[in-house]
Amino acid sequence: MKRLVDILAPLALVVLLLAGWEIACRVLAVPVYLLPAPSAVWTSLVQDWHALAAAAWTTLSMALIALAVASVCACTLAVLGGLSPLIEKAIQPVAVTIQVTPVIAIAPLVMIWTGLDHPERAIIVLATIVAFFPIYSGAATGLRAADPDLKRLFDLYEASRWQRLVRLRLPSAIPALVEGHKVATALAVIGAVVAEFVAGSGGAQGLAWRIIESANRLQTARVFAALVTLAVMAALLYAAVDILERRILAWWRGR
Amino acid sequence: MGKRRVVIADLKAVEVEYARGLALGPVDLTLGEGEIVALVGPSGCGKSTAMRLLAGLEAPTRGTVARDIERGETSLVFQAPTLAPWLTAAGNVALPLELAGLPRAETRALAVDWLAKVGLAGCEDTRPAQLSGGMAMRVSLARALATRPRLLLLDEPFAALDEITRRRLADDVLALWAEMKPAILFVTHNVEEAVYMAGRVVVMTPGPGRIAGQLVIEGPMPRPEGFRTTAGFRQAAETVSRLLAGGAA
Repeated sequence: MKRLVDILAPLALVVLLLAGWEIACRVLAVPVYLLPAPSAVWTSLVQDWHALAAAAWTTLSMALIALAVASVCACTLAVLGGLSPLIEKAIQPVAVTIQVTPVIAIAPLVMIWTGLDHPERAIIVLATIVAFFPIYSGAATGLRAADPDLKRLFDLYEASRWQRLVRLRLPSAIPALVEGHKVATALAVIGAVVAEFVAGSGGAQGLAWRIIESANRLQTARVFAALVTLAVMAALLYAAVDILERRILAWWRGR
Repeated sequence: MGKRRVVIADLKAVEVEYARGLALGPVDLTLGEGEIVALVGPSGCGKSTAMRLLAGLEAPTRGTVARDIERGETSLVFQAPTLAPWLTAAGNVALPLELAGLPRAETRALAVDWLAKVGLAGCEDTRPAQLSGGMAMRVSLARALATRPRLLLLDEPFAALDEITRRRLADDVLALWAEMKPAILFVTHNVEEAVYMAGRVVVMTPGPGRIAGQLVIEGPMPRPEGFRTTAGFRQAAETVSRLLAGGAA
């Protein structure tokens, strides 16, 4: 019964908001280019379904590629940092600086370097930069997270550096690693969308481009349709990652 | 009985000083082959520090630590079971053996064997999260004994367990000791447990810890039924308690 309420409550709120919106648009005769009614947005969604789905897939795939690249780079650097405190000290400030510099500011530079004719490359590079730090931070933290008493036992067993890394530090790092990847996934999507906005060209044909294109033509219903698609895609991705995280942690904990 | 015995580990006039001040010492402590020594003292007296010195995990600020054994012949059991949550019980017990380079088949067989010896036959593939406190401590013991150590260090291993489990585990440890006769240093602040489990009880003063006194406990090992009710046991417990209280005065 409680689960039913948990699902119905937000649903009821959404329905209420949508109803209010629809009624307001009709009663106040709001121009369609200013604020389309939900019915208009729905019509647009249904009409452009194929194009929207393709655009969503483009944005998603760019984000996932960026996530994969960021993961490989960040984990490699974190492991190197874990093996050598000197390397870690060298990397840390650089990584933080990249993290806090707004990616929008880096975007024009990246676009020039990857070639103005290939905005997808720029988008992936920028999304990678955005997704890098949470994974690196999670991995670096995780590699330090081993139980100190377990570390003492490994000292007693005279474990080699490699054994310590593979049999103690990496397994101990899994929860922090998973958390880092979860955050990075959300950021990779945001990065892909922001980067495409900055690119401002239709080369990549992602959801951001659909929004720009429709907005330029004052086809506000299509803008909303693209926004809804983006929001749903991001929410589904987040839900999937959340389930994955719980499964992995349950396996790791043994419960 | 006072004859020439093989000394396993020896602390001579050791002192350990940290940034916050003197934590331990000066202390003289000798551990002979096959001896069971209990180290009793109030919290913060440096018992665990003394144990780490004996394990060779820490060096004293002053004084000497002499150890007649390799690091691989020492085992340590903490107050928390300290098991790797991502490994099964058998995986945890096999860990030190695998790190030493033994082949998988052999380590697995040894792990299963030792789990049976500590009374956990059938639990090989359970994970630490599914074990009770007492069971997890038994796995920790099995892991410590699987390497057939000559020196076994127990740092308040039963502190987190209930009285019944403590007593059962105390008897189990003594039974396992009878098989292999490692030297055991047993740190506790439970006086009765110390007198029950040890052949010699060393009492420490509050920090910085020094030796307040020692008492040899007469009686067969492992302990016979009803040992806790004998006059000798009760007298020894009172003496140790007095030494403990005296140190605090």
